[in-house]
Amino acid sequence: MSHALTLITFVPVIGMVIILALPQAMKDSAKWLAVAATAAQLAIAIWLYQHFDTTTTAAQFVDKFAWMPSYHISYFMGVDGISISMVLLTALICFIAVFASFGINRAEKAYYALLLMLDAGMMGVFVSLDFFLFYIFWEVMLLPMYFLIGVWGGPRREYAAIKFFLYTLLGSVLILLAMLGLYFYGGQNTFDMTALAANASHYSIGFQRVAWIALFIGFAIKIPAFPFHTWLPDAHVEAPTAISVILAGVLLKMGTYGILRVNFAILPGATHELAWLFLGIIGTINIVYGAMCAMAQTDYKKLIAYSSISHMGYVMLGIASFTAAGIDGAVLQMFNHGTITAMLFILVGVIYDRAHHREIAGFGGLAQQMPIYAAVTGFAFFAGMGLPGMSAFISEVLVLIGAWQTYPLLTVFAAATAILTAGYLLWTYQRIYLGPFNEKYKDLPDLSFREAFTLIPLAIIVLILGVYPQAILGLLNTSLAHLNQVVLSTPVSAIALWH
Amino acid sequence: MDLGNYASLTRFAPELVLAGGILLLIILDLLIADKRRLGDVALMTAVVALLLVGLEPVGPGAWLFHRMIVFDSFAIYFRALIALAAIVAIWMSIGSVEVHGCDQGEYYAILLASTFAMFLMAESANLLMAYLALEFVSLTSYILTGFLRHNRRSLEAALKYLIYGGVASGTMIYGMSWIFGITGSLDFHQINLALTTPGQIPVLAVFIALVLILAGMGYKVASVPFHMWAPDVYQGAPIPVTTFLAIGSKAAGFALLTRFFYPALSSLTSAGNWQALSGVDWPELLLFICMITMTLGNLAALGQTNMKRLLAYSSIAQAGYALMGIVVLSNDGIRAMLFYLFAYYVMDAGAFLVVMIVANSTGREDIDAYRGLAWRGGIVPAVALTIFLFSLTGIPLTIGFIGKFYLFAAVIRGKFYWLAIVGVLNSVVSLYYYMRPIKTMFLDAPQGDEGTVTPDAWNYGLMGVLACATIVLGLYWAPVLAFATRSLHFFTGIV
Repeated sequence: MSHALTLITFVPVIGMVIILALPQAMKDSAKWLAVAATAAQLAIAIWLYQHFDTTTTAAQFVDKFAWMPSYHISYFMGVDGISISMVLLTALICFIAVFASFGINRAEKAYYALLLMLDAGMMGVFVSLDFFLFYIFWEVMLLPMYFLIGVWGGPRREYAAIKFFLYTLLGSVLILLAMLGLYFYGGQNTFDMTALAANASHYSIGFQRVAWIALFIGFAIKIPAFPFHTWLPDAHVEAPTAISVILAGVLLKMGTYGILRVNFAILPGATHELAWLFLGIIGTINIVYGAMCAMAQTDYKKLIAYSSISHMGYVMLGIASFTAAGIDGAVLQMFNHGTITAMLFILVGVIYDRAHHREIAGFGGLAQQMPIYAAVTGFAFFAGMGLPGMSAFISEVLVLIGAWQTYPLLTVFAAATAILTAGYLLWTYQRIYLGPFNEKYKDLPDLSFREAFTLIPLAIIVLILGVYPQAILGLLNTSLAHLNQVVLSTPVSAIALWH
Repeated sequence: MDLGNYASLTRFAPELVLAGGILLLIILDLLIADKRRLGDVALMTAVVALLLVGLEPVGPGAWLFHRMIVFDSFAIYFRALIALAAIVAIWMSIGSVEVHGCDQGEYYAILLASTFAMFLMAESANLLMAYLALEFVSLTSYILTGFLRHNRRSLEAALKYLIYGGVASGTMIYGMSWIFGITGSLDFHQINLALTTPGQIPVLAVFIALVLILAGMGYKVASVPFHMWAPDVYQGAPIPVTTFLAIGSKAAGFALLTRFFYPALSSLTSAGNWQALSGVDWPELLLFICMITMTLGNLAALGQTNMKRLLAYSSIAQAGYALMGIVVLSNDGIRAMLFYLFAYYVMDAGAFLVVMIVANSTGREDIDAYRGLAWRGGIVPAVALTIFLFSLTGIPLTIGFIGKFYLFAAVIRGKFYWLAIVGVLNSVVSLYYYMRPIKTMFLDAPQGDEGTVTPDAWNYGLMGVLACATIVLGLYWAPVLAFATRSLHFFTGIV
């Protein structure tokens, strides 16, 4: 299959165009068109997975032609070990998200069209190897996200939508400036990320530091890293369920992916020097602070949002460790977090659709009324805690093993937070599902077939990766080991001798 | 080449067509009964002028009319842009309810006269010619602004415009007299020779003269601190006139500004960069003005509730962005400025057109009139306005992003890092107010008192063309870039 990456990016766009062209009378078929488009995307992703060569670090399935030759901008797509797992995750989560959207009953055509546009934007980010193209996709995603939160969201949706937009645009423009700096510095005149990475030694360390920090802020807003995280709880609380699923499942990973793709590969010197502070320490703050905030929440969805911040901290800590285990674990954690958090947000959506509120204190004893729902939630919570046998266990342990070799002190905090995580998840479980039954909810139906259909595949993946993590790790190993080597082989100047 | 009066006429065809069109309109106004047809005549005239500009050869250039006017590829670019602006303004006038109540013959004749004057501004090679052209533009603009004779806002705007314009051009001609006193010439080329000859240049006097002259040019492009007229005038004038002022008049101002500060006051080094006169630090001055202009424009726009006023402040900020291209002293910068002005033309004309479409149906220009527009039958203008506003913000897939991309590229390449940071932060701030109409159209529910927007083929047609251009040129902008690159040549007598 030639042009597989172009196809996987633009299949949703084709779906979007068809949906927009549908006559109003046929608006009920919009969701099935969205299903078809994302299913096709998922099929291509699986095909990519099967044909991916795990032994090379070079970009694969390359699609490249000149776009604006006078400015050396090319349309350059390719995947390697850093991005392949994210391509899979995006296709999977978007497919699930379409099913999670079936409850939308207002302006369906516009909703599904925007969802597919978001899908295309995210996929584009992960497959672009030209910085300009990467940036276009990176920004294009903001538009559908604004409308999806703003039109179909909760009561404070306008505030949440514009806050999200302003925050992320601020990050993007810093990326734009850094991108132009990389382009012009020393007459490189290329946006090709592989070429920029190959010439990484051209950049002086002073330039690297400035560009690195600008890029870091841009990506950190997406992760979101402390102290740029404040948009996330608002956006999650107001977003419709499926959008939260995409936001937590895929969007956040773009931040850490960007750091690996750009900061690590193109600016290895500054990475080696600054990672302990910006990724190691801030990552640990994310882990601890996110968990503590989660514990204090009274809104079910906000709690999951903060736990998401906490779990993304492991990714940052892992990639900062510069060990094979840490960095592999981090990227695996990106994948696992995507599947587990998607489950959690779908589960929150299930109860919100029925009870129309999310106050943890307002429930109780739901396990009696909705046993299957309670069981699946229990499974997802255990997965979130990183219980052995589930996927997150492997990735978090790998991160901690890797980080221990580099930052023993930080690792102590990070590991100890596992107790906090277990604490807030179990406590929440107890308050909502156990204890005396709140009679107000005696008519709530259990999980519907559609809801189960969105949850079960994710649960299966969580289990499979819990016992056979090699399914994803095998894809990453070669590229990440190479990337890690590139960073480690650059000398570090004095300021980094902190640890 | 230094052409005499008669030989110059062949290179002056677009202007002659415009002049002919003006005379024709005056005569036809007396003869025909259906005054609506006059708009079509004006439109045809502007189209023919555009075609003639497009057909002009890109030779080495020449001086026309004994060095009063210069003919080069730079002038071609701006005349094309101004002609395009005139076409949009006339098209909108034909579709505007406001303008239908006015005297059609006079209106279109003055609109064409204004176009003619802007052409002259873009190609003047002499301070006297520059002054006359600028005054000509101003006079026609005052009349057009006050054309709604029974509307108090329109009259107030015209008066304000007149007073500001009088002060600004008076200041400018005073500065020009200093330049004449220092160099003994009004001719841009002679001024350049006099100022670059080694010897005694009174640096301070030249600088003061530049500041004074900048008052007149800054007033035309609406840069801080000469911007105060813009919000009132943009709000009071009929919408097609506002559009013409925002895109045409501003472009003409940028043409004059560039031509004065580059070929007249700087020299091109062999490496292709520009070097300002030693000792006369105008780039620093413009840098400062540029940063203040975009910041003030954006901050003031945040609180506006009238769409025309909001777009007025936005256009001040946009002038600030375009100035970045002039500040950096490189051909890259000028090209980015040229490209950006074209992008600005497409998106700003589009935004004003949607404002006019809504005002035509509802008679309202405030943001509340847009409440829930997308959900009460106005989905097409709502989506179009969204495209234009995203483009003004500089979000990708639109020509506005590409324009900003080139501007920032020139700024970064010139190592003006602080300017770049101020510029991008301004983009973020601008998002907030550009999103407000979008929010109002899509996120707010209609309350029933907004009136309905009825589609009409004439205005929707133009809106569709502009919206498509915004997106298509955002994906494939090579032709515009090639045109801008071609237009970097200033004729200075050296062939």
